[in-house]
Parts: sequence; C-alpha cells; structure tokens
Amino acid sequence: MQTRFLALLLVLPALIMIVLFFIVPLFASILGAFEVGDSFGLGNFSKSFDLYSRDMIFTVVIVSISTALIGILSIAIGGYLTLGENPRSVAILRWLYRWPMFIPFIVVGQVLRTFLAKNGLMNNILVSLGILTPLQTTGFLDWRGIVIAFVWKQTPFVTLLVAGAMASLDRSTIEAARNLGASRLRILIEIVVPQVSGTLLVGLILSFVTMMSVLSVPLMINAQSPTMLTADIAFRINAHGDYGVANALGVISLLLTAGVALIYLRQTMKDRL
Amino acid sequence: MTAHIDLWWLPRAFILGLLAFIIFGPLTNLLLWTVAEKWYFPHMLPLEYGFTFWQRVFSPRGNAMASLMTSIVVATLTVIASLVLAIPAGYALSRLKLPFRGLILLAFLIPQAFPNLPVYVNIARFFYEIGLNGTIAGVVMVHVTHGLVYAVWIATAAFSAVDIDLEEAARSIGAGPLRAFRDVTLPLAAPGLMASAIFVFLESLDEFTGSYFVGAPVVNTLPLLLYTAGSGGNYQIASITALLLLVPSIGFMLVVERFLRADVLSKVGH
Repeated sequence: MQTRFLALLLVLPALIMIVLFFIVPLFASILGAFEVGDSFGLGNFSKSFDLYSRDMIFTVVIVSISTALIGILSIAIGGYLTLGENPRSVAILRWLYRWPMFIPFIVVGQVLRTFLAKNGLMNNILVSLGILTPLQTTGFLDWRGIVIAFVWKQTPFVTLLVAGAMASLDRSTIEAARNLGASRLRILIEIVVPQVSGTLLVGLILSFVTMMSVLSVPLMINAQSPTMLTADIAFRINAHGDYGVANALGVISLLLTAGVALIYLRQTMKDRL
Repeated sequence: MTAHIDLWWLPRAFILGLLAFIIFGPLTNLLLWTVAEKWYFPHMLPLEYGFTFWQRVFSPRGNAMASLMTSIVVATLTVIASLVLAIPAGYALSRLKLPFRGLILLAFLIPQAFPNLPVYVNIARFFYEIGLNGTIAGVVMVHVTHGLVYAVWIATAAFSAVDIDLEEAARSIGAGPLRAFRDVTLPLAAPGLMASAIFVFLESLDEFTGSYFVGAPVVNTLPLLLYTAGSGGNYQIASITALLLLVPSIGFMLVVERFLRADVLSKVGH
C-alpha cells in the first residue's frame, strides 16, 4: 500500500502538468465556445458556420486526401522494403525515405513555399528542361501545396511504423505464397497489409490529428481563402480578439478529430489491456 | 531469366531517382536560397552567390543570434524540467505497482492526440491574466506539456530495459533504495534518458504554434523569426533560419539508433 502511494506521488507532478496546461485549457475552450457575451448560447457556432463552413469542408477534404496518400505511399515503400528482391535498391530506398521525418513543419512550409511557387525551383527546372514554357507554369501554393507538404512530411513517419511491423511478420506465409506463384503485389495486398493494418491505422490517425493542428503550413503555403481551420482560428484571435468564434472553431475541429481519435484510443486500449 | 530481370533496372532507377528529386529537390532549393544574392524568374539558378545575408544574420545587431539564444535557453530549460518530471514518473511506471497504469501512460499522450491550437489560445489568455504571457517561463511550460509524452514514455521504456536483478543485487549488499537507484539503475538507463532529452530538445526547438500564441512577440524563438522573415518576403533570412533548425533535426535522425537501442525501443508505450 505504501509503495502504491509512493508510486502515485512520483507520477503526480507530471500528471499535474498535463491537467493544468492541457486538460483545463481544453475545457476552457469548450466552455468558451458557448459563451456569448455574459450568457451561454450557440451564437458563436452559427457565426462560425456562416463565415467558415467552406473552410471546414476544405480542411476535412485536404486532411483526408493527405491521409489517403500517406497510407498508399507508406504501404508502397514499406512493401518494397519487405518484399523487394534487389538488395541495392532496397538499401537506397531505406536510406532515402526517412529524410523529411524530423524536419520541423515550419521548415517544411518555408522549403516548399520557395520550391513550389510559380517562379520556384521546380518550375524553373521544368522550364529549362523544355518540358514547360514560362507561360505554362503554375504555382502549387494552394490546396495542392498543403497536401504536398503534409504528405512529404508525414509519409516517412507512417512508413517507419508500417515497415517495422512488416519486418516482424512471419516470413513463412510470404514464402509459401511466393512458391505457389503469387505475384509480389498480390502478396502485399492480400497477405502483408491485412496483418499490419493495426499499425497502419495508428500511424494514420496520429498523422490525421497532427495535420488537423498544424498552423505553420497553412499560414505559410496558403493563407488566402479558402484555408484551413487552424489559420482561421489564428486570424480570429490576432485580428479580432474574438475568442468566442475561435473557440467554436476549435470545438468543431475537436469534433472532427474526436471520431478519429476514438478509433485510436480503442485500438491502443485493445493492445494494452 | 537474366534478360527479364535486366529490364527492371530502368523503372527502378527512375522511381528511386524521382523519389530522390522529391526529397532532395526542395532541400537543395533551401540551400541555394541561403547563398543566393540575386535570384529571379526565369533563371533556374541564382545569378550571384555570396554570404552577405549570413553576415547580416550573424552580426551582433542581427536578431537571429538573439533568437538562437532564446531558442536554446527555452529548449534547455524544457529538457531540464521534463527530465525532473519524467525520471520519477518513468521509474514509478516501470518498477512500482501503480493503479491505472495504462490510463496514466495514455494521459501523457493527450496533448498529442487532440488538436492543440484551441488549447494554446486559451493558455495564452490565461497566461496573459497572470502575467506569464511573453515570458520564457510561460513558453517553457507549454513546451514541457507538449514534450512530456516523449520524456515519460521513453524514460519508462529505458527503466524497464534495465535488469531488475542488478538493482536487487545492490540492495542485497546493503545499498539503500536511493543509492541503488543513483549508482545502478540511473547510469544503466542513461542512454535512453539521453534519447528522451534529445527528443524533448528538438520538439521545443521546432515548436511553433505554442510559442506563437504564448511567446510572441517578446520571446522570439527561431521558428517565430523564420515565420516573420518568410512572411516579410525575406527568403534568404528565412532560409538561413530554416537551415539552423534543420541541422540538429537531421543530425539526430542520423544518430537516433545509437541512443535508442532496440531493447528500449521495443518497450516504448508498454
């Protein structure tokens, strides 16, 4: 009994930090969303929907497209790392894919802003190679830029998890299917992916939540309308000091994420308990 | 058979080359911007190269040095505070009987599992009332809360990976619990704790959203400087700042496996 008390005492300071500086402000934001003047109501929400319903759809579409692309690419890269038969290209790919993982989002925003702009390096190269004429170039600094930034940054993280799970699979079923003449693509889709789907799901959900809360990428790549809810929240605070609508937008993005987070919690609880 | 395989090098090389372009193209672009004196459309490469902007960034009057110092001070304080909180918590979570252990571990994930922007907005409002807004202490608190999941989870894994028999051996030859912890368990867990310290340091160094609401414009960390320089159209300064943030991150990626051994890694989150 005494050790239990001691153990709780040792964990308590760290837990207090989380409660005080995350959970309490989280509840404050939910409460603040319903605060209209001195009373409570849904005024902030109706205002949010009037002003920002386009941005809500925009946010969900962008994050969903990014999540889908990240899933497809991480399966493709992880699959090649596991089933690839050319040791040299497997080694090159293993060395190559991780680079963007630890690059901060703010740096990703700056790097891609200069690279993808109408007169950025990408278009300059295409023009000098004769693939495009200067008049045909278009900038990618709109929804496509945000999707590219998200996929560029998050794919290595999910791939790392997925490739790790694939590497620890039992090779015998793969070898057996191979001996029976199944193609590698079929082995990947029918044997490998179903066995790593739990890990894939966890990686994708963590990425989904991350993308829902990144402020720097939308601010730097696409600050004009339509933009993501995070940029709208920052705008409401900085330009209007309007905490009511900012909190309502926060609650809406929480609700959009909550469904996804619920799946995640269920998954980890299942693994843990 | 060989003829059939030989043909495959072409698409393989093409895809790997494309991937290398997608990953290193933007990074090369960043490097070019840091040394571009003059660069405009439609020239593929800068017209003049030089280090004028580096001089400007690193001049004593330049605000980049001040931002770099602020960032390092904030990150160091964040690491110290996180470890002070995470070492006892990690020890308790790995060694002692703890009710609701799984739930407590999950609680540290909460700051990563919810969109944190609305939280920062309300912390900033609260800090403003108690005078913590725009102070180093305020920014450190926000960074600690966000980085605690790495600190606690990796510390827990690091202590779990230390053989409990060694600790019991020390106890049986007369060492007290604190002595056994200090002389046996702590040194053996040190590489894992080091890894968690680096994780927390990088998280703090790179953190933008929290610093933007709680710190700006008084506590001007490197990410905030990058953002202001970039939105002011000063791509050279922004790119040099981005490079300063990039180097520690990539350096860590290259050495992470040395600190985070497989026996610790396999215990993270358990």
